[in-house]
Amino acid sequence: MVSTVSPPQAVTNPLTAGRLPTAVPWGILAGTLAASAAVFGLLQASTAEEDYNIVGAVFFGVVGYVVLIYIVSRLVEGTRRATDRFVTALVGLAFVIAMLPLISLVFTVLAQGSGRIDLDFFTLSLRNVLGEGGGAAHAIIGTLLMTGVATLISVPIGLLTSIYLVEYGRGRLAQAITFLVDVMTGIPSIVAGLFAFALFELILGPGTRVGLSGAIALTVLMLPVVVRSSEEILRLVPNELREASYALGVPKWLTILKVVIPTAIAGITTGVMLSIARVIGETAPLLIAAGFSNNFNFDLTEGRMQSLPVYVYYSYISQGTDFQPYIDRAWAGALTLIAIVMILNLGARLVARIFAPKLGR
Amino acid sequence: MSSPVEIIRPRAKQRPGDRVFSASALIAGSLILAILAAVAGFLVLQGIPGIAADPESVSIYAEGIDFTSFVIPLIFGTLWAAALALAMALPLAIGIALFISHYAPRRLAQGLGYIMDLLAAVPSVVFGLWGANVLAGAIQPSFVWLEENLGWIPLFAGPASGTGRTMLTAAIVLAVMILPIITAISREVFLQTPPLYEEAALALGATRWEMIRTVVLPFGRPGVISGAMLGLGRALGETMAVAMVLSGSGIITFDIISSENPLTIAANVALRFPEAYGINVNVLIATGLILFAITLIVNSIARYIVNRRKDFSGAN
Repeated sequence: MVSTVSPPQAVTNPLTAGRLPTAVPWGILAGTLAASAAVFGLLQASTAEEDYNIVGAVFFGVVGYVVLIYIVSRLVEGTRRATDRFVTALVGLAFVIAMLPLISLVFTVLAQGSGRIDLDFFTLSLRNVLGEGGGAAHAIIGTLLMTGVATLISVPIGLLTSIYLVEYGRGRLAQAITFLVDVMTGIPSIVAGLFAFALFELILGPGTRVGLSGAIALTVLMLPVVVRSSEEILRLVPNELREASYALGVPKWLTILKVVIPTAIAGITTGVMLSIARVIGETAPLLIAAGFSNNFNFDLTEGRMQSLPVYVYYSYISQGTDFQPYIDRAWAGALTLIAIVMILNLGARLVARIFAPKLGR
Repeated sequence: MSSPVEIIRPRAKQRPGDRVFSASALIAGSLILAILAAVAGFLVLQGIPGIAADPESVSIYAEGIDFTSFVIPLIFGTLWAAALALAMALPLAIGIALFISHYAPRRLAQGLGYIMDLLAAVPSVVFGLWGANVLAGAIQPSFVWLEENLGWIPLFAGPASGTGRTMLTAAIVLAVMILPIITAISREVFLQTPPLYEEAALALGATRWEMIRTVVLPFGRPGVISGAMLGLGRALGETMAVAMVLSGSGIITFDIISSENPLTIAANVALRFPEAYGINVNVLIATGLILFAITLIVNSIARYIVNRRKDFSGAN
């Protein structure tokens, strides 16, 4: 390496000159995280707090990284690359920030909710229960009944509407329906509840709160979702399939029934399951339209009907003097609700993957 | 028709099955029209008596208040909470959408997109429970800090709430709830940026950020705007999270950390409706009608923007 002409100099690769080695950003990130963890550790020791603030440690560690990588990169690589690294770090930071509430939510619901997940919770109602004990069986049954009826109403109407839009609809009516489905998607859930309440008040007299009314409110919310998702799936069915069927002399309605729908059935099922997952957690419309109750009620046309989301809400806002059992029930209800929604979501994706039509070769 | 050499046009035979099927599809489509008309119709029918009611006969009004002065703080609260939530969620959502579409490795990106979808599926009542029991307590110390150090900004004038159940907490919960919607739509549009443009920018020597700033963001702007409007629509109508987190009263204030907050229309209905009777019900339905009108306007603007640039919609 010793040269007589020029002073000793490391051989530099011109392609990587002025760039940070790949390992450096990771090293800086690990360093700032460790430093932040240490600072928070000291803080905890000095103020004698019992909980280690892990959220704060991660947050300030990442913020420290954003600042430090900008400075280092600016010194080595220049302004443009420094800005690039700065934005990359910011984008990562945005993601970390968004994950924090999700993680916190999942952990709290699991930790607080699992305490009351027992046999009683799924078999008993809250009839004559003050304080401890009781369950949510009446709420689960109410949720299943109302969501079931809403599904029974909205799936046929929604599916036929999407068939109309894709296969038959031309001109103004189809345009109007497309627009109104969009409008319906944006109806606030509580407005749907108010509508169902107003409807049943006119039919059955003032102050009527029945399960069917809740089901109607859910239908208003569910219908546009079903239409939208089925429409998108039906449009994906290749036109060649339809034309091949017509060429064989098959009437249009049979083509739709035997060719188009079977091809799209996996997607339609997925859409329906996702729309059920969307409405099964609705609280406000059921609170308005179906009311709340502590008893079993299997009759949709008579008496108030409890549902799981409303159960969670009421356990939370009407705590007794001994509040812990109420809070426990609220969290257990929340956990059950999240579990149902997640199962529906995963199931929908599974259906989509397993029964997807084998297109192409 | 009368000519002997009739051209045989292969007209489709009208089979009974065809007629029944197309008629039922048409009826189902028209039902959508009918349902929407019914929603608007019943709300107007039941809401008008509430607007026209004599203030003396309405027991949920405080002393010397009529419908207008009852509803204006609620409208303010609704818009204010939604605007705060949007201001917090939009930058984050753009960041996450970029992260998923352009930064994360493809395999990871799919999983991350799925996690965001799950976040969208969490029921609002669970968010409310979490916001009131966990977030409010965790964030309250920072309100004290904000009041002491940034109290000169009207937003943080205080006095800081002792429970943490303030407008800022409610807005954070709302922001978390609308984040997945804005992210999903922005991500979709960012992914549709023509790769040729992106590669051209990179070939000219642009760094990744310069490529995003000059190609991806201008291309995706309409999508981001419409996503933001849809998120705004959801935030305006969101009920339970606000009702459970916010401790509200009928005042108008920009202070977001004190214990005196305006309620939103939806939360106000949810809190008062179960106990309401008589003409009070009509008043609450009338406020619901106003909420319906507000979200309708916001959503229509969003749809207009999307439809103007149809190529960006995810369906194609």
